[in-house]
Amino acid sequence: MSDLKKLKEQFLTKLKVKLNLSEINQIKSELFGKNGLISTQFKKIGTLAESERKKFASELNFVKDELQDLINFKINEVENAEINKKLDKEKIDITLPARSFIRGKIHPVSQTIDEISSIFSEIGFSVEEGPDVENEYNNFTALNTPDNHPARDMHDTFYLDEKKQKLLRTHTSPVQIRTMLKDKPPFKIIAPGRTYRSDSDQTHAPMFHQVEGLHIDKDINMGHLKGCLNYFVKEFFEVDKIKMRFRPSHFPFTEPSAEVDIGYEMKDGKIIVGEGNQWLEILGCGMVHPNVLKNVKVDPTKFQGYAFGIGIDRLAMLKYGINDLRAFFDCDYRWLNHFGFDPLDVPSNYRGLSR
Amino acid sequence: MKITFDWLKDHLKTNLKEKDLLEHLTNIGLEVESVENFSTDTELFKIAKIIKTEKHPNADRLKVCDVNVGNEELKKVVCGAANAKEGLITVYAPPGAVIPKTKTKLEVAKIRGVTSYGMLCSEAELNLSDESDGITELSRKFEKDIGKNYFSKSKSKSKLIDLSITPNRPDCLGMRGIARDLSASGFGKLLDLKEKKINSKIKQNLKVKISKEKGQGCSVFGSCLITNIKNTDSPKWLKDKLISVGQKPISAIVDITNYVMLDINRPLHAYDADKIEKGIIIRNSKSGEEFTALNNKKYKLEKGMCVISDNKGVLGLGGIIGGTRSGTEFDTKNILLESAYFDPGSIRNTAKKLNLDTDAKFRFERGIDPLSIEYGLNKAARLIKEICGGEISKIDVQKIETHKLKNITFKPDLFEKIAGFKISIKEMLKILEDLGFKYKKEKKTFRLTIPSWRPDISQEVDIVEELVRISGYNKIKTIDPIKERKKSTLNQSQRLFHFLQRSVASKGYLEVITWSFTDSNYNNHFKDSKKEIKIVNPISSDLSVLRNSIFSNLVIHMNKNLDRGFKDLSIFEIGPIFTGSNPGDQEIVVCGLSAGKKFRSSWIEKERNADVFDVKRDVIQTLVEAGYNSDKFFIDNKTPNYYHPGKSGRLFLNKEKNQVAAYFGEIHPNILKKINIKTESLVGFEIFIDNLKLPKKTLNDQKSKFTFSDFQKSERDFAFIVNKDVNAQDLIDAISNVDHSLVSNIKVFDVYEGNNIPENQKSIAISITIQSFEKTLNESDLDKINNLIIKSVETKTGAKIRS
Repeated sequence: MSDLKKLKEQFLTKLKVKLNLSEINQIKSELFGKNGLISTQFKKIGTLAESERKKFASELNFVKDELQDLINFKINEVENAEINKKLDKEKIDITLPARSFIRGKIHPVSQTIDEISSIFSEIGFSVEEGPDVENEYNNFTALNTPDNHPARDMHDTFYLDEKKQKLLRTHTSPVQIRTMLKDKPPFKIIAPGRTYRSDSDQTHAPMFHQVEGLHIDKDINMGHLKGCLNYFVKEFFEVDKIKMRFRPSHFPFTEPSAEVDIGYEMKDGKIIVGEGNQWLEILGCGMVHPNVLKNVKVDPTKFQGYAFGIGIDRLAMLKYGINDLRAFFDCDYRWLNHFGFDPLDVPSNYRGLSR
Repeated sequence: MKITFDWLKDHLKTNLKEKDLLEHLTNIGLEVESVENFSTDTELFKIAKIIKTEKHPNADRLKVCDVNVGNEELKKVVCGAANAKEGLITVYAPPGAVIPKTKTKLEVAKIRGVTSYGMLCSEAELNLSDESDGITELSRKFEKDIGKNYFSKSKSKSKLIDLSITPNRPDCLGMRGIARDLSASGFGKLLDLKEKKINSKIKQNLKVKISKEKGQGCSVFGSCLITNIKNTDSPKWLKDKLISVGQKPISAIVDITNYVMLDINRPLHAYDADKIEKGIIIRNSKSGEEFTALNNKKYKLEKGMCVISDNKGVLGLGGIIGGTRSGTEFDTKNILLESAYFDPGSIRNTAKKLNLDTDAKFRFERGIDPLSIEYGLNKAARLIKEICGGEISKIDVQKIETHKLKNITFKPDLFEKIAGFKISIKEMLKILEDLGFKYKKEKKTFRLTIPSWRPDISQEVDIVEELVRISGYNKIKTIDPIKERKKSTLNQSQRLFHFLQRSVASKGYLEVITWSFTDSNYNNHFKDSKKEIKIVNPISSDLSVLRNSIFSNLVIHMNKNLDRGFKDLSIFEIGPIFTGSNPGDQEIVVCGLSAGKKFRSSWIEKERNADVFDVKRDVIQTLVEAGYNSDKFFIDNKTPNYYHPGKSGRLFLNKEKNQVAAYFGEIHPNILKKINIKTESLVGFEIFIDNLKLPKKTLNDQKSKFTFSDFQKSERDFAFIVNKDVNAQDLIDAISNVDHSLVSNIKVFDVYEGNNIPENQKSIAISITIQSFEKTLNESDLDKINNLIIKSVETKTGAKIRS
């Protein structure tokens, strides 16, 4: 057996046993240190005869690699064992609570307004707004509801002055007037917002929300009105089939006027909208009265179209199964948390209205 | 308007059934509000007499009554009515009966410890009138009927149908009008009115005069004198008819006038002719005139109200309410029957001023058929003669104006243009004729004469409405909308509104919606220098002003939630605050409020109070997310008086300080004390959306060119000692002004007062990143810039570098 082989066997045996890191390093420097056994062998190469030199060198390299690999392996092994030992001690109770987080919520009325806007956006309506305080003219007279009109009795109005000239708008319809006075036809707008009536009981709140719709162009007729609302209701309730009923009604600012009912049924005390046998009124609408158009300097012989007004709170109640209107404005933490929406849940056309 | 199918059949010949009727009514715009099975529900109600009353042992307002419910059978009933007294004859409902008004089924119940067997009913509970004060009082004549059914069993099982009649349809406040609409839409045939004219030779010798003066509210006054009558109870058919629609029978005269009113919407009024002094004058009232109305209230009149008067003074308010002085009673012998036309506007003005609401007023203000005057007199007078006997005079009609029928020209093409579907001209004419229109064909149009009972029809589009309504709204086609957008849905400021709303919510705030009005006491705490805006007719005294700030409502509701046991809570609202009482005197504010602690009882984090730097972060992060550059923000401590003067801030979007973008801080401790709110901490903010300049149009415009430096950067820390009143911002400003191209990321990482620091001074430690866009800075470059920083801070703020 050559010296090299002996050397190899000797150290392989040495490395076979369990060693700690410093013992391994000791062996490493014994072999590969400046005057290590392997290092000195390399120095020997130059002194050998040409004929032996090649063979010796290759044998030496072979031994060197084998020992070096083993040493590296041993070092790795020990290091890993040490890390694992350390990690073993670092174990924590992962079932302890996470750092606390607080979720904010969007109010169901705001969410519903966003849903409504998203639906009407798709068919070309843009959003207009008007002030909460209105003058008597915009809220009533311009809407073909002159003083002494009995229809005024249906609006219990909050007034801000004794002469009853300034008031809190009783519906969003004055936005129609403002929009038409400001621009030129065609008009295709919705106007969501706060509305007020001095009426307060279980099913009425002194403040509630409406969305007004107005579409005026050269040839907009009742078929367009029906189509628009039919589209809206289907999209809003996210159902394919919905029973809808237009029935004649009266509003001073539209002629002909209609109220729209949708079908529903009660299941386990909850309203299910769609195919039931009961009817529920959800909105009022009609063809804008020529007198209204004249009041805003639009020629009723050239332009015509429809308007509608929808109770937003009522829609939200129906869609999300909320029973009590008053709770919308009670700010009860539990209610807000229960019925509120995550702020990231933005209704959109491509992603769908609700999750 | 309450109707029954049976009554409708007085005017309508039809083979159709009641259930078809309901659907038909709704389809032609006469909305069915409710349907009740009247006759079967009411058999249990008995005429009864109170024999004895005693005070309830456990309740001051309640009485325990012994009630004779027939055959001297006594029942104990607990009753709260003030008028429940011994001897009163009233209506008793036994356990098991369903109260018509409330639809609740009675049970034997213990009321404050005393068992009550059934109840004594008010007229309102029986749906007989709106009278809910006290129980029904029946006259002595019912003594013999004790124990009998109060509601006579009628043969028919006709349901009571309550219709909601829109204000444009006065004609449908009478059975005939409804029958006419039904027949036009194919529900049976309208029967002809067969009322013979009174053929009398007796002169109506009570003189009637309508004074011709400006603003006269009465244009026609028809009357008829009926003498030697004997007022009595109505016959059963008439009583049944009235009860079937929920009216209480009173006496034949009153019942007959009510019957004619309900039948054809022709209000009448009966005067005791013997109580009229020398004829009737219809005139404008004088200021201060007084009279006592049939509701037993005394009214003081303003100038210019339409009154019916005699020599002695006011007898009644025309078309609204009669007076007690000339009212008919059971012993009335001679009556004057009035059938007149009153101007709707005049009626409404008077009723509004006097705050009077009567059935007659409701009808006249909507418009009564001016041509129904004589028909109404004929019908009522004949019935009175039939039931009460007596002699009828000739009808006298005074008028200052002759009613002219209105005509309009109708172009049939307009129908399709509005309705979007077609019907034939033949169909159109059939519908209009059935509704009572007369027509004359012209070249391409029709000359239509509008029936006198339709004051709502004045232009072509009203004709279209009639035609669509009667043809059926189900004939309207559904034209699907086109999915095309020509204009963006939201404008810039609306987008900002929605962005801020969700941005604030994403920071842990629950969105609330509160009323735009508030309690003036709370408003006063937060109105600062704004004007209080009162509501003239608030719903309650604690909701009497428009809010000048959202804080008032947030604080009220925060307090309620704290009372519910929630300690740590953040809420916000985005909405209007009001600065004046004119349209437009309002601005949109995002207002947030946080109470309590952060990390309460956390096993991992240190618990602390919510503080001003929490809300400062929420404000700044929200604005940054919305696209505003925080490097340009300017913040100082000038805030409204509802914030803690030392722990609050005001934020501008830039150093020009044009408009306040936001306030934030602790709510003033004095306010917390006054409103008695119990929390460790209350901090809030307001962002004024209308003061934010709108972000750039597109994100492309918002993004500047992307530049960065890969040269080595160096981080240096500095500690300065400054006077306490120097703001950290002053140091930051001094540093950032040194060299914008080299200095970045200036961060305050420590503020310290106390040991080793002279009194009235503090130490502020700041870390700064120094990096060049052109080269790697060497030691001497860095030293140079360090010295510049120190010098700049020292000269601008009076600070000293801490060595």
